[in-house]
Amino acid sequence: MIPAAFEYARAGSVDEAISLLSEHGEDAKVLAGGHSLLPLMKLRLATPSALIDVGRLQELSYVRDAGDRIAIGALTRHRDLQVSDELARSAPIVSHVAGLVGDPQVRHRGTIGGSVAHGDPASDLPAVVLALDGELVIRGPAGERVVPASEFFHGFLETAIGPDELLVEIRLRKTQGGWSYQKFNRRAQDWATVGVAVARTDGTPAVALVNMGATPLRAAAVESALAAGASPAEAAESAAEGADPSSDIQASAEFRRHLARVLVRRGLEEAGV
Amino acid sequence: MKVSMTINGRSVDADVEPRTLLVHFIRNDVGLTGTNVGCDTTNCGACTILMDGESVKSCTVLAVQADGASITTIEGLAEPDGPMHPMQEAFRENHALQCGYCTPGMVMAAVSLLQENPSPTEAEVREGLEGNLCRCTGYHNIVKAVLAAASAPGGPK
Repeated sequence: MIPAAFEYARAGSVDEAISLLSEHGEDAKVLAGGHSLLPLMKLRLATPSALIDVGRLQELSYVRDAGDRIAIGALTRHRDLQVSDELARSAPIVSHVAGLVGDPQVRHRGTIGGSVAHGDPASDLPAVVLALDGELVIRGPAGERVVPASEFFHGFLETAIGPDELLVEIRLRKTQGGWSYQKFNRRAQDWATVGVAVARTDGTPAVALVNMGATPLRAAAVESALAAGASPAEAAESAAEGADPSSDIQASAEFRRHLARVLVRRGLEEAGV
Repeated sequence: MKVSMTINGRSVDADVEPRTLLVHFIRNDVGLTGTNVGCDTTNCGACTILMDGESVKSCTVLAVQADGASITTIEGLAEPDGPMHPMQEAFRENHALQCGYCTPGMVMAAVSLLQENPSPTEAEVREGLEGNLCRCTGYHNIVKAVLAAASAPGGPK
C-alpha cells in the first residue's frame, strides 16, 4: 500500500515548521515519527496535501525537571521515555506506559507529541497526560499558548491544535506515591480494549480512562466518590458513569463498561488508594 | 526529492517521490530483497531493519525520513564471504525458522533487542519480539536462538 501523493517539506526549526504549516494551509499535516499518520495514509484514510516533517527537530526531544512539573519535548520518542532517569524519579507511570505502546520498533519511532496530537482515545499516553493534569504547550504564528489536558481533546482524532500550530511541549505533574496502569487487550500489540491510569499527584487520586468514548476521559464519578470517602471497590462501581464507549470487533460497549469497573478497582488497589 | 543514506556501509544517492516507503526503496531501487513485506500495516515486523542502529518497520518509514541515516538490512549483518552474524548462526543452530518469511525481520529485531538488553530473560525475549509475527508459530525455537546468541562466547554482537 502506498500513500496518495503529497508535497514534502522538512522543517529545520520550530519557527520554520510553523511558517511551512501556514504556507501549506489546513490540508497539510505534521509528520513526526509517522506511526499514527503513515498507516492512515497507506490506507488512504488520510490524504494530506503536504507533510511538514518535524522529525529532525532535536531541540524538541527532552525530559526536564521543571519544578513542580516535568517538561517533556513533543518529539521525545516512546523509547526515550521508557529509559528516562528523570521520569523514573518523578513520574514512573509515564515510562511504564510508554513501554506498553505498540512494540519495540514502534517505540523507536513514535513520539509522545505525535501520540497526544493524534487524539486517538484508544492510545495509552493521552490518558496518562490527562491523569497527570497535563498542560499542552502549543506554538503558532501568534506565539505560544498553554492548553490544559481537560480542554485539549475535542473529539475522535480532534484536538485543540489549530492547522497552523505545533504541539511543542507536554508538562505533567509529578506523581506522589502509588500509581497504576491497567491495559486490557487480547493480543500483545493491540490498542487497549479498555485502559485505566491511576496516579496521585497531590492528595487525591486521579483516574483516567482509555477507549471509553470519543476522547480519553477522567473518571470524574470515581474521583468524587473517593473524595467522599468511598472504598476503592465502591468507587470503581461508577467507573463507566458519563462514559460512552463504542462497540467494535474487540468488545461490546457493555463489556467495555464492565472492564472499566474491574480495571478501575484493580488500578486503585495497585496504586494503594 | 534527493536522498542520500548509507545502506550496509555503502552510500546510496537517489531521487525519490516523497511517498516512497523505505522498504520499497530498499527492495526496488537498491535491489536488496532480503527485507520482506508481510502485512504492510506495521503489525508483522517482516520488514524490520536497523535505522541508525535501532529496529524499525521499514513499511512505516518514508525513504525521505531516512535521508542521512545509516541503514542495516539482513544482507548487511555479515560480510558476503565471511562468517554469519552470531544471531544468524544461532537461528541456524536452533532451527529457528520454518518457512523463513519472518526470519529477516525476526533476526534484525533480535539484534536490536540484544543491543538494548544484552542478557535478557526468556520473558524479556518474548516481549522484546512482540512486534514480529511468525505464522508458522515457530516462536519456541526463535526464543531459544535469541537466548543462545545472548549467551554465545564473546557475548551478543
